[in-house]
Amino acid sequence: MIRSITRQKPKEQIWKSLEGIERVFIVGCGTCVTLCRTGGIQEVEEMAKALTDGGKIVTGKTVIPVACDELTFEALSEMADPLSKAQAVLVMTCAFGLQTMATHLEVPAIAALDTLFIGKEMGLGRFQEVCTQCGDCILSETGGICPVTSCHKGLVNGPCGGTRDGKCEIDPEKDCAWTLIYERLKAQGRLERMRTLQPPRNHQVSPRPGLAVIPLEEGGEGHGL
Amino acid sequence: MASSFREILRSGEFVVTSEIGPPKGTNLEPMVHHIDLLKEKVHALNVTDHQSSVMRFPSLGGAILIKERGGEPILQMTCRDRNRIALQADLLFAYTRGVRNVLCLTGDAVVVGDHKEAKGVFDLDSCQLLMAIKTMEKGKDLGGNELDGKVEFCAGAIVTPEARPLEPQLIKFEKKVEAGAEFFQTQAVYDLENFERFMEYARPFGVKILAGIILLTSWRMAEYMNKNVPGVRVPENLIEELKKAPKGEAIKVGIGIASRMIRTIKEKKLCDGVHIMAIGKEEVVPEILKEAGLTEEVP
Repeated sequence: MIRSITRQKPKEQIWKSLEGIERVFIVGCGTCVTLCRTGGIQEVEEMAKALTDGGKIVTGKTVIPVACDELTFEALSEMADPLSKAQAVLVMTCAFGLQTMATHLEVPAIAALDTLFIGKEMGLGRFQEVCTQCGDCILSETGGICPVTSCHKGLVNGPCGGTRDGKCEIDPEKDCAWTLIYERLKAQGRLERMRTLQPPRNHQVSPRPGLAVIPLEEGGEGHGL
Repeated sequence: MASSFREILRSGEFVVTSEIGPPKGTNLEPMVHHIDLLKEKVHALNVTDHQSSVMRFPSLGGAILIKERGGEPILQMTCRDRNRIALQADLLFAYTRGVRNVLCLTGDAVVVGDHKEAKGVFDLDSCQLLMAIKTMEKGKDLGGNELDGKVEFCAGAIVTPEARPLEPQLIKFEKKVEAGAEFFQTQAVYDLENFERFMEYARPFGVKILAGIILLTSWRMAEYMNKNVPGVRVPENLIEELKKAPKGEAIKVGIGIASRMIRTIKEKKLCDGVHIMAIGKEEVVPEILKEAGLTEEVP
């Protein structure tokens, strides 16, 4: 499953964002941030304690099941009373959840987390970025491993000179995507795919910000983009 | 007028190039001094392009300076800091200022440098930059538009003969040849037997190969490179040789190693020439050349 991967902002940054705000409502999320241990029940409790210890008044706290879902609005309306007493909502969800909430809140939404990437769970507690939604998929040429994402430089014509024993020079914990691609294509007897000169990529397949309108016909029938 | 770098490459002469690091700032005096010191002694001079992602005076500025002072520049261009619009524009500008040789590199990662929070561009890679040059030589830009006035460059690239695993690098080498690279500078080589094997592989491609010679200034530097620079392997016997140097004379031993290697490469005709990188010690390059017996032969 894909997950929004987050990290808690430095304490000083959170406190700076809350400057001049006395009463705070805290929101976490039961999905990705719970898995990442950045905005689940425990982290929300710890944040509430830290804020209280620091002299703030926590008017309420909740962990919404899926903060990025539109049902978030209903979950928030159930908390209308403690919410109405808060001068700001400290949001311990990813940026998707925060932006969903911000459309429904009258008070400012303050981000407690940084959203790092959309990752795939590769094992317990291990998440890896495998797709950056570039809109120009070359996975069929690269053995099902995405160099646009998994190579630090996003190279599509093979490894750079910084590769070292199968690892990336920027971080020995990170695999060199092109070594992985090479090994897989070799095992498949399709190394010639790596020999094909790839022309410059189209970086504007879906110019930012991405917007998709699926042309649905009446009765729910329709066709994709 | 002296022959162009391409003519020298094609002449079969043993080619010698070196490189100059531009200043961090506007004081051009040391760079001018290095240019004047080396311009008559080597066939061409590279100017590094924010080497190791450290912001400096631009390689294009350095290349023009070499041209102005009567030397033959090789413009190093990485894809790290400019998108295809800026790269092509700089190629147009370089051409109008007499720069005729370009070395195409992907470029180091931003995070290894001194502006760690900068955005790495990599809109193109080294192969695609070579392709861009070939396209522009035909009078078109990468957008398919006509150019009013073409460019013409002797384009080169790099290859790492000591990379592990090696085959992915060799595949990329072949793609660079296909994309139009006429000459290659190698990452530093120290094990000439390995290099000979690489050359047996590379020779049939018909491109000119210049062996990369990085001056070793101490055994600590050698060990540092072994540990930190991908694709560089200084053999133990050279490290031992450096360790035996009397205090303060390690650089002399390093000069001896470099010149001995150059001599061997030339005598055994291992490849088409050498590219000497003295990284901050440009001052001693004439000494390396002299010890290698090359001073008299280079125009």
